[in-house]
Amino acid sequence: MTLHQAPGTPGSVLTFRPRYDNWIGGEWKAPVEGRYFENPTPVTGEVFTEVARSTAADVDLALDAAHAAAPAWGRTAPAERAAVLGAIADRIEAHLTELAVAEVWDNGKPIREALTADLPLAADHLRYFASAIRAQEGALSQLDEDTVAYHFHEPLGVVGQIIPWNFPLLMAVWKLAPALAAGNAVVLKPAEQTPASVLHLMDLIGDLLPPGVVNVVSGFGVEAGKPLASSPRIAKVAFTGETTTGRLIMQYASQNIIPVTLELGGKSPNVFFEDVAAARDEFYDKALEGFAMFALNQGEVCTCPSRALIQSSVYDSFLGDALERTRAIRQGHPLDTATMIGAQASNDQLEKILSYIEIGRAEGAKLLTGGERVDLGGALSGGYYVAPTVFEGDNGMRIFQEEIFGPVVAVTRFDGFDDAMAIANDTLYGLGAGVWTRDVHRAYRAGRAIQAGRVWTNCYHAYPAHAAFGGYKNSGIGREGHRMVLDHYQQTKNLLVSYARSGSGLF
Amino acid sequence: MAAGSHRRVGVTDAAAALLRELARVHGPLMFHQSGGCCDGSSPMCYPAGEFLVGEADVLLGELAVDGLDPVPVWMARDQFAYWSHTFLTIDVVPGRGSGFSLEAPTGNRFLIRSRLLTDEELTALGRASDGGTGREDDRSIL
Repeated sequence: MTLHQAPGTPGSVLTFRPRYDNWIGGEWKAPVEGRYFENPTPVTGEVFTEVARSTAADVDLALDAAHAAAPAWGRTAPAERAAVLGAIADRIEAHLTELAVAEVWDNGKPIREALTADLPLAADHLRYFASAIRAQEGALSQLDEDTVAYHFHEPLGVVGQIIPWNFPLLMAVWKLAPALAAGNAVVLKPAEQTPASVLHLMDLIGDLLPPGVVNVVSGFGVEAGKPLASSPRIAKVAFTGETTTGRLIMQYASQNIIPVTLELGGKSPNVFFEDVAAARDEFYDKALEGFAMFALNQGEVCTCPSRALIQSSVYDSFLGDALERTRAIRQGHPLDTATMIGAQASNDQLEKILSYIEIGRAEGAKLLTGGERVDLGGALSGGYYVAPTVFEGDNGMRIFQEEIFGPVVAVTRFDGFDDAMAIANDTLYGLGAGVWTRDVHRAYRAGRAIQAGRVWTNCYHAYPAHAAFGGYKNSGIGREGHRMVLDHYQQTKNLLVSYARSGSGLF
Repeated sequence: MAAGSHRRVGVTDAAAALLRELARVHGPLMFHQSGGCCDGSSPMCYPAGEFLVGEADVLLGELAVDGLDPVPVWMARDQFAYWSHTFLTIDVVPGRGSGFSLEAPTGNRFLIRSRLLTDEELTALGRASDGGTGREDDRSIL
């Protein structure tokens, strides 16, 4: 194990600026109204920097810069844009530990995840979209001997992106990479809970981008997010968050007649069929790890496997082993590489999780382990830590239906395939799901029957580029992480060309 | 606790005070309960009329807050199916964010606290508990 040093302390790889302005037009610009807000770390609850509290005026400046940059950026050769994305990926890799520490300090996640998942995936997504734009081809249709329809991809222009706080850097890259590859300029608003790591990233990569191609405006949703999402000067808006804000953003988009892509969360079922327990082997162990994945990123993942469905015939023994695995989850200092679960991202997130634990109890769900705030002592006493929590109950309970966004899994049993599918699909959401079985036929049928955008089959929480990610039902519109996302950031230009010398004869 | 509770929804004194503060700046207010990711499962507070409600929504009730117009509390109809057996109290905690909810810049966050409705309340509301267990034994106020 290694305990990385807190930012700004002796031996640390990172020092945050004491204050961050907005990144607009390739330089730091103070917010027009001169106001800043404090940014606390969930690791200790202490403030470590302050960040621009932007308003519509700052969004307008960012849009000015983006509009100034977009035409030239959109005309660059795909090879040139790909090279820029590749350079950003290289820079991220060269500063991997530094960015991981930044992410941990801003968000509270354990550094083992940031080092092995968030940052390597961010670099890989950039390289993937650099490759995808190089490999993208337009299409032509020969309509008759003398008439051809050419289809060109063109950038949308200037797009707005509002990103969440659970994977601040990775989610920023998920949205930036396809938008930039496709030739758009971007105004991006990080979440007010976690603006610092994205702003530090701009400190590291700002020189690699033409001024104005990426602009980062910090602030509160109502003061900065809304002016961005409702601006008639954006050609598209992409948002990751929750359903009510998602609807509101669609509402604004309808006024401007622009497309939206939304990723709005879920209540993902993780289905364990009885044959998983046919042997106590490596695969059984993998399935137990799959159960414990509800604690990844403290459960603050839109695809958190927050409902575990276990077949009745093996319910007691599998759940017993799963509880043992859950109790072995090591909670500790998020900067310690041995720590498996860190801090919830904010105080209000902590309070919300605790309120759901209370309603779970009140509805009659049985608390099997966890269920409480954890005091890790010392400086960490002020941080926001929750013990991994397992409830047993039935799928009609609110803890089975609402996204808690914490390390809380609700477990229930099922009898047979059809029952499993009925429970799995009895949810408003359809983002992720897990299926665990040794039977390939069952795995295939379950994967096709579950109404979710991604069904992890004998795995969970893998987020590679080149696999489409997105929601069915209330979980949103659009996909991420796959070359098809380029379409979400491109117009189709059709040139309908006649090579005939003679007219049509109508007039 | 409930400064003007109304059937399915109520509001704590602290939340009512914050609503009065917000109304001074933004005028009449409304809530829509959010579902889903990140900042979800939280009540979102907007200027009245900012969020378009329609057939997809249910009006849970209106909060009576001294000095303010009634504050309607809405929820998506499909989500309500799972919540209809619970009484919701809008409270406030120190927080950061989120969504486009009006209170975020004040360093506070509205939060839902829930308790199970009693049989008497459910009868008065004219519907059976259709989302929960309806168990007799646990109706503590949260």
